[in-house]
Amino acid sequence: MEAWSQISTLHYLVLAAGLFLLGVIGVLTRRNVVIILMSIELILNAVNLNLIAFSRLYGLHGQVFAIFVITDAAAEAAVALGILIAFFRNRETVNMDEVDLLKW
Amino acid sequence: MTPVATPFFFYLLAGLALLGGVLVITRRNPVHSALALILTLLALAGIYLMLYAPFVAGVQIILYVGGIMVLFLFVIMLVDVGRAEKEARFNKQWVVGVVASLALGMLFVSAYVKGKALFPERLARLAEESNTQEIAKFLYGDYLLAFEVASLLLLVAMIGAVVMAKKRV
Amino acid sequence: MRDYITSYLNSSGTPGEAGNIFWITVYILLIFAGVAAGVICMNWLERKIMAHMQVRLGPMRVGPHGLLQPFADALKLLLKEDLMPEQADSVVYHLAPLLVVVVAFTVFIVVPFGPSHAVTDMNIGLLFMLGVSSMAVLGIVMAGWASNSHYPLLGALRSSAQMVSYEVAMGMAVLTAVLMTSLHGGGIYGVGGAQESGTGTLSMIGIVQAQAGQHVWFIFKFFPLGLVSFVIFAIAMVAETNRAPFDLPEAESELTAGFHTEYSGFRWSLFFLAEYAAMIAVSSIAVTLWLGGWLRPFPNWHGPQVAIPGFWQAGSSNGVVDLILAMAPVVAFVGLGGLCFLGAWRMAKNPLFRIQMLGLAAFGALLALVGLICVVPAVRDRVQDIFWFVAKVAVSMYLYIWYRSTFPRYRFDQLMKVGWKVLLPIAIGVLLATATLGVVIQAVMAA
Repeated sequence: MEAWSQISTLHYLVLAAGLFLLGVIGVLTRRNVVIILMSIELILNAVNLNLIAFSRLYGLHGQVFAIFVITDAAAEAAVALGILIAFFRNRETVNMDEVDLLKW
Repeated sequence: MTPVATPFFFYLLAGLALLGGVLVITRRNPVHSALALILTLLALAGIYLMLYAPFVAGVQIILYVGGIMVLFLFVIMLVDVGRAEKEARFNKQWVVGVVASLALGMLFVSAYVKGKALFPERLARLAEESNTQEIAKFLYGDYLLAFEVASLLLLVAMIGAVVMAKKRV
Repeated sequence: MRDYITSYLNSSGTPGEAGNIFWITVYILLIFAGVAAGVICMNWLERKIMAHMQVRLGPMRVGPHGLLQPFADALKLLLKEDLMPEQADSVVYHLAPLLVVVVAFTVFIVVPFGPSHAVTDMNIGLLFMLGVSSMAVLGIVMAGWASNSHYPLLGALRSSAQMVSYEVAMGMAVLTAVLMTSLHGGGIYGVGGAQESGTGTLSMIGIVQAQAGQHVWFIFKFFPLGLVSFVIFAIAMVAETNRAPFDLPEAESELTAGFHTEYSGFRWSLFFLAEYAAMIAVSSIAVTLWLGGWLRPFPNWHGPQVAIPGFWQAGSSNGVVDLILAMAPVVAFVGLGGLCFLGAWRMAKNPLFRIQMLGLAAFGALLALVGLICVVPAVRDRVQDIFWFVAKVAVSMYLYIWYRSTFPRYRFDQLMKVGWKVLLPIAIGVLLATATLGVVIQAVMAA
């Protein structure tokens, strides 16, 4: 139906890898919990892009998987933010560095 | 719907997505980070449209941008932003984090370079007019169990979020 | 170049499908102009109709019968001082009205004014509209938060909670209509002769074509299920656009105006424009899904044949009912022109009123001229679809204004209770009933 366009699958994969790396850097280096959660969303989106880029080659299974990933991201964001609110209510801080109750 | 000017739109949307990603991890104010994440999500929705996935693009806009990001913005507004502005952005081990991420990036690059020959030569014939119908056949056919489990997961998440966030009287 | 422009005119698809950038731009500019004109009319109509419902006259001074009042308001808003609260976040404060306006106008890409009169026909058109209109919540949250003051924040939180709640009921009602597009039978209960429709579709043009193929508007389909889902959508769309009786977040402390308290001048008018454009957009969804879109009433009833030479174009049906209903635009415009002439005739004979009388008479003459142009067959056939669509949306707008002047405001907890505990269960019930009835009837018909 269509030939290879100039933008090949590799372009999309590189973009997905770039977003994944940005998300990982965000998770590992930021102090604010909300920004860490948003970096996790970046990681999930990079995975989604990967799945959909491959679904163009292999069929619709990738897109169905991507829909499930989005659903799970919604559930996870809701629970994570609930935990965040409960934590903030007790400790009045949103810094990951100060979450050290289990340190000895 | 044949794609028009694919390289231009790909580079534009990819640039916007990467710009949004960089802004997410570098802004001091969480609200600005949330807005940058919205930019990234919208750019990705455009890229999904280019990849012949209109239903996933629509789901991305409704769920991610219209649902999850609203949730994030609510929580950011309830959590004190003023303190976050005056504190340090990056934690003590940021150097190690960046080095580890770059190592991961090297791994990705080597995987792509070595595995590039494995991609099939032809694209799958994805009919775009009936994309929604085909996805529905998968969701309610092959992946029915996963669908039911996902709905149960959402129920559990809803109950969990309510229990975590409600006031203890 | 000229072939590029004229080649589209011979095709029967939307310009988006043809990929014709020139015509896409033309349609987009027409939609901007049309929606802006619609918002101006709505402003005047709202003040006049609410006034007449409250046994007073409304604006009468600015133009004849206040017809130039919206322009005076726009001029005033443009000339006001542009403020920003002191500690407000500048980026977010300036971005919020832009986001709301962009979202409100983007949904018009897929609104079908005719079988090929849309900017484009995405095959997920309905999903696109729902998704993009759910992004307006973001703009409101940003506006309330960025104003750095208590009342806007509370108003924004309440407004966004309300919009998110009623989106769910809206989605269920919309699903009911989408289910009906996948039925095979024609007629109200789907037991008529087999029709050519039968594939479910999310595209807006496809939904209207399904109604045409099943010979019934979806509001009457599976009576009363179509009607109940339409009513649910009508209530949810009023709540979605923050209009009375659900306008507590806007008019709560009527001293301070909710999330757009700290905005003045042009930025406030952007919120105002976005609100009216969103009203027109959700009314377009309602009209497309339940009220038959661009189809005229009784789309398949032609009546006995009437042959008038030169009146009918080759290939079109020519029954009595066709004749009468094809004259509807003419009647509408000439009637409006007649009302203007009546107003001009009844105006005071004081020489100070002469210019108003002449202005009104000229406006009436213009309207009557437009009406008479619609008699010409070439114009008449093209104008039918757009006229019926706009007429139905105009009826929906009138209902909005009627609700505002009739119903008392809901308190916020009552509002949330209605959204979650009343509308959502009924919407889910109607969806289940429609699905069950559709499967049962199709099984019976196939047997």
